[in-house]
Amino acid sequence: MSGKDGGTQLHIRNVSKMFGPTRVLSGIDLTIKPGEFVAVVGRSGCGKSTLLRLIAGLDRVSGGAILADAQTIDGIHADTRVLFQDSRLLPWKKVADNVRIGVRSGDKVLALEALQLVGLEQKAREWPAVLSGGQRQRVALARALAGHPRLLLLDEPLGALDALTRIEMQQLIERLWLEQQFTVLLVTHDVSEAVALADRVIVIENGKVGLDVRISLPRPREHDSGFAHFEKLILDRLLVKQPHELAVSQREDSFSI
Amino acid sequence: MSRNMLHNKFRYRWQPWVIPLALIVVWQASGWAGWLSQRILPTPWEVVKALVDVIKDGTLLEYVAISTKRAFLGFLIGGSIAFLLGLLNGLFPVAERYIDSSVQMVRTIPHLAMIPLVIMWFGIGEPSKLFLVSLGVAFPIYLNTFHGIRSVDPGLIEMGRVYGLRRFSLFAKVILPGALSHILLGIRFALGIMWLSLIVAETIAADSGIGYMATHAREFMQMDVVVLCVILYALLGKLSDLAAKWCERRWLQWHHNFA
Repeated sequence: MSGKDGGTQLHIRNVSKMFGPTRVLSGIDLTIKPGEFVAVVGRSGCGKSTLLRLIAGLDRVSGGAILADAQTIDGIHADTRVLFQDSRLLPWKKVADNVRIGVRSGDKVLALEALQLVGLEQKAREWPAVLSGGQRQRVALARALAGHPRLLLLDEPLGALDALTRIEMQQLIERLWLEQQFTVLLVTHDVSEAVALADRVIVIENGKVGLDVRISLPRPREHDSGFAHFEKLILDRLLVKQPHELAVSQREDSFSI
Repeated sequence: MSRNMLHNKFRYRWQPWVIPLALIVVWQASGWAGWLSQRILPTPWEVVKALVDVIKDGTLLEYVAISTKRAFLGFLIGGSIAFLLGLLNGLFPVAERYIDSSVQMVRTIPHLAMIPLVIMWFGIGEPSKLFLVSLGVAFPIYLNTFHGIRSVDPGLIEMGRVYGLRRFSLFAKVILPGALSHILLGIRFALGIMWLSLIVAETIAADSGIGYMATHAREFMQMDVVVLCVILYALLGKLSDLAAKWCERRWLQWHHNFA
């Protein structure tokens, strides 16, 4: 079951975003191919979530343009779905009804199929409050996929989960992406997760693209030396000391241990 | 359920009633023993006899019906206006900026203190009573509706927008259910104030209803009927609160407070 006509193609052209006087993003230029799995990593506050929100249409660009399949993004796109860090399920609707929100027509059958994809069809008649954090995120994933999106935006969706659940969710997301061939943009602070899942990892640094590396490892990804090589490459870039930090560490009265 | 648990549950049931029942027994005993003059406080037995009399001559049902109708009509009028205003101001910050301070100014006036003005404007008939009740219920409902709308989780609203919910469906599926627990709380408060306002309003030259029954009885020193009226008001208040709680339990099943 693949998405309608494959994934969305994204052109991000010289995009900048200002919040008042603060420049969060400047001159971002990216092209994302249909069906590509792209991870965006960076330090806290580097603008990666802002970029995702601009692509989602939740915020407007201050400069430049984002095109989805050659059409400028203006507001929320029908084929785009977002998974947030918290599951954002409506507490007053049962699990199945929550997933139906993801289906334009409200079709119950499609909602149940989506729940089956994530293995939670047993919980269809439950209230969200009785589910665990991991289960809630899986329901949110089912909701996101129920409408067969062509672009899936993931905003640090696994950050609040425990380590084992995180691994299971990563495998689930990868499997569903391989089946359905939509485009994925994953914003994460976890470099290991980025290397495990993505075709391409982009590092955002000071509001600009600092690194854009293709992960040429075969799937399924093994944590072997090739994996470690890419992890180190990206981490080294991420952990490069910023100018103001260098100044502090070179102070005369500080000690190196 | 184990035998112990069953016994516990039964114990939990009758324990709250020990003190009230004891009080009634003491009350009745004091009356019999002559410590409590009939003019100050008639015994429970006399109140029950008065109740029977009033049921027999048909006036109880008629007066209770009239009082209840007045109360709920006022609640409907004042409540609807307040609810719509609360929705309007909650959803549209522009409206809030214009309207809210004026509402807050009116709110600080204790509505019952306005009775002389109300009589001047509306006379001593039904409109003045309805006006008082409406004014009384309006503010709890306005405040809680407004606050309820404003405290809906913005993350949920954002999710709704992302999933294509627009205007009306966003309101119906996300905002209104999110505000519901606050709105119902406002209604419960308003119900209490409704009865209070009604009691006072019915002292304004009533010619029907429980208030009339009480005033009439007082003029003839029928203290048993007076006490009966007090109890009737209390029962009506309790019943409406129970109804509100039932609604809460039914519509807020999903809420962690009521699970």
